[in-house]
Amino acid sequence: MASLNSPLRVCRSILRELRALKGPEYKQTMAYNYVLEQFRKNQVTGERYCRAQQEALHSSLTYLCLLSSTRQHMALHNLYHAKGEISAEDAAGLVGLRLPTQPGGKGWEK
Amino acid sequence: MLRSLVALHCRIGQTVLSHQRHNVQQHQNLIHHLQNARCYGMASSERRKFYEDVSISQSEGGMFEINLDRRKLKTPGGKLFTVPNEALAIAVATEWDAQKDTLKFYTMHLSTLCNTALDNPTQRNKEQMIEAALKYLETDTICYRVEEPPALVELQNNEWNPVMEWIEKRYNVVIGSSSNIMGPEIPEETKDTFRQHLNSYNFWALTGLEYVITQLKSVILSFGMIDRYLTVEQAVLLSRLEEEYQIKYWGNVEWAHDYDMFELRARTAAGALFVQLASESSTVKRKILQD
Repeated sequence: MASLNSPLRVCRSILRELRALKGPEYKQTMAYNYVLEQFRKNQVTGERYCRAQQEALHSSLTYLCLLSSTRQHMALHNLYHAKGEISAEDAAGLVGLRLPTQPGGKGWEK
Repeated sequence: MLRSLVALHCRIGQTVLSHQRHNVQQHQNLIHHLQNARCYGMASSERRKFYEDVSISQSEGGMFEINLDRRKLKTPGGKLFTVPNEALAIAVATEWDAQKDTLKFYTMHLSTLCNTALDNPTQRNKEQMIEAALKYLETDTICYRVEEPPALVELQNNEWNPVMEWIEKRYNVVIGSSSNIMGPEIPEETKDTFRQHLNSYNFWALTGLEYVITQLKSVILSFGMIDRYLTVEQAVLLSRLEEEYQIKYWGNVEWAHDYDMFELRARTAAGALFVQLASESSTVKRKILQD
């Protein structure tokens, strides 16, 4: 995604994001149809510099940024901040230790 | 005697168990009631996804509503969730559709913005919001320059000066930049020009615009982005310029720097999209082909 200059690249990237969100049946979602429709509508223009076209391109870049940054933010959150409380065994395992075991059970049990 | 004690124990255990089961049932009823009421001001961050399909429908008056599985979506304040145009409705529906298993409200930025605009929980009118937005101009990020280290000074001049020139030319105003702690002196005509410009946005767009200004900590960058001079990534980069400089010098910490950057990008993109969608109106004029 080096330089998203052309509308084709932006369109493809948005559809890729939608596929990452939903899965195999992303082609039936409303967003898919709407995005494709918008890109097709703004394709043909009689003027050399069509302001509506540029505005639509900017809006599509904004939406692409929204989708991709929420996805990456969620990924980082799940990777680093989502574990919550870890058990005593895992906490000990973080520094390479193990919990002590007492084969006969502790004194006050049983 | 032991046997009778054991029997007593069993009976007490059974009553305790059935009481617990009754409590669990009440607990489940409560959860069900909460989900039906959908008042997520309760701020319990783990709510299960209680719907399968998300669809939109148009009501009379031209407003669009979101349906989760036959039930209409409502704001936390209890009002019906309506949006003025279809694109915003589809985007919000996609957000709700993107949730898997649990609802993570902190990722649904567009829905949050719509809820704020509909409920107006702080009861503000347009003038108060414009004043709050203009307050950021006095402490705008672009206007605050450092004096050392020289690499950062040069970076700030190279990156921020073009934006400053653009906005001064576009709005015909004078905003200086300063490197002392008091900040630049903004003349009153500048503020009046901006006030007039902000007044031309409707209430929804103003909600989004103020959100963007609060996120980027800069009025100038927000205007640059809304007027389509900067992209979202560029605006976020310029807003975090000093941080990026420090990252290049000292190194990047993924779980802090990247995390913050993506969150800022997501929020800013949502705000920008919200403003643009709330203030657009599209008409289709067909050219009739004359033979």
